Amino acid sequence: MTQDQRMALTRAKRFINLGALTALAVSGGADLASAQTVVKWMHVETVPAYIEVWEEIAAAYEQEHPDVDVQLQFLENEAFKAKLPTLLQSDAAPDFFYSWGGGVLRQQSQTGALMDLTEPMNADGGAWAKDYKPAALNGLTYDGKVYAVPYRMGTISFYYNKELFQQAGLNAEDIKTWDDFLAAVTTLKEAGITPIAGGGGDKWPLHFYWSYLVMRNGGQEVFENAKNNEGEGFLDPAIIKAGEQLAELGKLEPFQGGYLGASWPQTLGVFGDGRAAMLLGFEHTEANQRTNAGDGKGLAPENIGRFPFPVVEGGAGKVTDTLGGLNGWALTKNASPAAVDFLRFFTSPEQEQKMAAAGMIIPAATGAEEGLKNPLMREAADQLAASTWHQNFFDQDLGPSVGRVVNDVSVEILAGQMSPEEGAQMIQDARELE
Amino acid sequence: MTDMTAAAVATQGVTGPKVRYKSPTARGRLPVLVLFLPPALLLFTLFVILPMGEAAWYSLYRWNGYGTPTEFVGIRNFTVLFNNGAFSQALINNGLIIVISLLLQIPLAIWLATMLAHKIAGVVAFRLIFFLPYVLADVAAGLIWRFVYDGDYGLFAAIAGFFGVATPYVLADRDLAIYAVLAVIVWKYFGFHMMLFIAGLQAVDKSVLEAAEIDGATGWQKFRYVTLPLLGSTVRLSVFFAIIGSLQLFDLIMPLTGGGPSNSTQTMVTFLYTYGVTRMQVGLGSAVGVVLFVICITLAFGYKRIFMRHD
Repeated sequence: MTQDQRMALTRAKRFINLGALTALAVSGGADLASAQTVVKWMHVETVPAYIEVWEEIAAAYEQEHPDVDVQLQFLENEAFKAKLPTLLQSDAAPDFFYSWGGGVLRQQSQTGALMDLTEPMNADGGAWAKDYKPAALNGLTYDGKVYAVPYRMGTISFYYNKELFQQAGLNAEDIKTWDDFLAAVTTLKEAGITPIAGGGGDKWPLHFYWSYLVMRNGGQEVFENAKNNEGEGFLDPAIIKAGEQLAELGKLEPFQGGYLGASWPQTLGVFGDGRAAMLLGFEHTEANQRTNAGDGKGLAPENIGRFPFPVVEGGAGKVTDTLGGLNGWALTKNASPAAVDFLRFFTSPEQEQKMAAAGMIIPAATGAEEGLKNPLMREAADQLAASTWHQNFFDQDLGPSVGRVVNDVSVEILAGQMSPEEGAQMIQDARELE
Repeated sequence: MTDMTAAAVATQGVTGPKVRYKSPTARGRLPVLVLFLPPALLLFTLFVILPMGEAAWYSLYRWNGYGTPTEFVGIRNFTVLFNNGAFSQALINNGLIIVISLLLQIPLAIWLATMLAHKIAGVVAFRLIFFLPYVLADVAAGLIWRFVYDGDYGLFAAIAGFFGVATPYVLADRDLAIYAVLAVIVWKYFGFHMMLFIAGLQAVDKSVLEAAEIDGATGWQKFRYVTLPLLGSTVRLSVFFAIIGSLQLFDLIMPLTGGGPSNSTQTMVTFLYTYGVTRMQVGLGSAVGVVLFVICITLAFGYKRIFMRHD
């Protein structure tokens, strides 16, 4: 609905723009109108306040460059992912679009639909490249070529409701291992509190559990092997064990009623309404639970705490290994020079600092995290800075088809519909079909 | 469903004139053919024949949708498909939708139509009310019902709360979800079938019914031996629409369940979207398309040939 309205609005705006332009042309300003370069910017952002910040930045840029018109185009997340392959091969391709990096971006880069940014990034002794944290830039580089401009970094962690934890007599600092975590879930259940908010309808919110368990059990080597279809692949004992631990969690029935049908916004709402004690979520969970809560206010920031995903005893992974996003903006091959220039301006440390200050992102630009005011975001940024291994989301890193199977399998194992062995086999089968 | 209605009307329109124009000379027809055939033929070729051929071609490749397909895999996409549990579930669900249409939706529609075909006060209002769900966009209807079924804030939650029982999360329950979806389908489309039957009933010759009445037939006998046989062609048409509608079902399911939980509410088209489009496996998706096409063609032509040959 909102998408339709938004589209209608853009259309209306465009129509008005057109009207204004025609008026200009009639009144003798034709040269001004014809010199306009339109920069088409495609995104999936749904928070109006964030879009406002973007629009301000775009307006500031347009002020300096009156010949450029930056247009934001919104697509709903799932629709965006489904439509992109077609869009990229059509004339309607945007100048740049949001990317989660990983296997999807790799696939897109191999098709020649994207602009290779290696040269402009490294020109003038790498003046542009120096704007970003090396880890972020490396994550968007394939075979030595840069295919997206780093924008933000993120990390998935547990967020908890301090009041509910207190009610159950729990202390988040005591949750160090997976067994501690399961014990905490049991304690919460006994206290009559729903332990975790889970979004099984969208599937990917639950694949974070499997991902983190794989990382904690197997460590980087096991996952890299599986990803590259080497060694035992996804049938590695450590990965099977991760599945078993996930099934164990599922048996405790830790999620809210109807979690298998719940979308991510609904899940955030469950946490924001205080109907569940924990949520495994993004760095901006605090802001998002607010917008999705029933009363529009959600939990007070000081009522929310966070702790990293616990380690498993005997596992190869460390507590400082992080799973999370690395987002960038990919330029399409026919993007105008104005689009490249705007993107550089948009992701520059000064602008990213503004966005950090607005609590929108953990910036990928160097030094921009100084702008972070929100303590929970700051904590996430610090955790990222100390990360011993930062892993991109599995469903992105493994590419669209294996990634979706991982999502399916995670939900099925949690729901007790699939054994950990069957699940691992299914992912391995999908990997081998690649 | 709407597309099919239009298509069916169009076919009827085409077959009609063909019979009538048999007599005039071929000379008179040629300019008409040259003038009027190309636009339709071109559009049909561009948007129907060509994509179908392309889909058949893609279905033999492993292809992610970028560039041109190069990796020939033979019938592997089809073997993967028929070994896929979710696809079997989708086939079962499509069958279930047809069965429910036949056993529940069409009888309900006939029953309501027999009541609303007469000229009594308020009849138009009732027709409108029953027809309204059909007018509603499928996605809107899906969203409305998602809210109705919602276990936290929805109508079901309120009803459960009123009776003091635990809220059922029907759309999140893999055993119940498909029935919840079926209920919405019946609700959404019975009005359309009802309208068909009302039109059919109005065409029934009143004098036949009167004759039956004079012969002392009861209400049920009149319906069973006079109305229903005379309504035969409408019933056959209605069943045809129900079958085709089931095979095309997509936009109602996406907002309701998206095919979940555990693929329990997948139909063939939602399966195609989930496995073919979102996973960028255009080859596999095309294979689903080919299977769907074959099923559609077989059903449509088989049904027309066997049941509708006199209509």
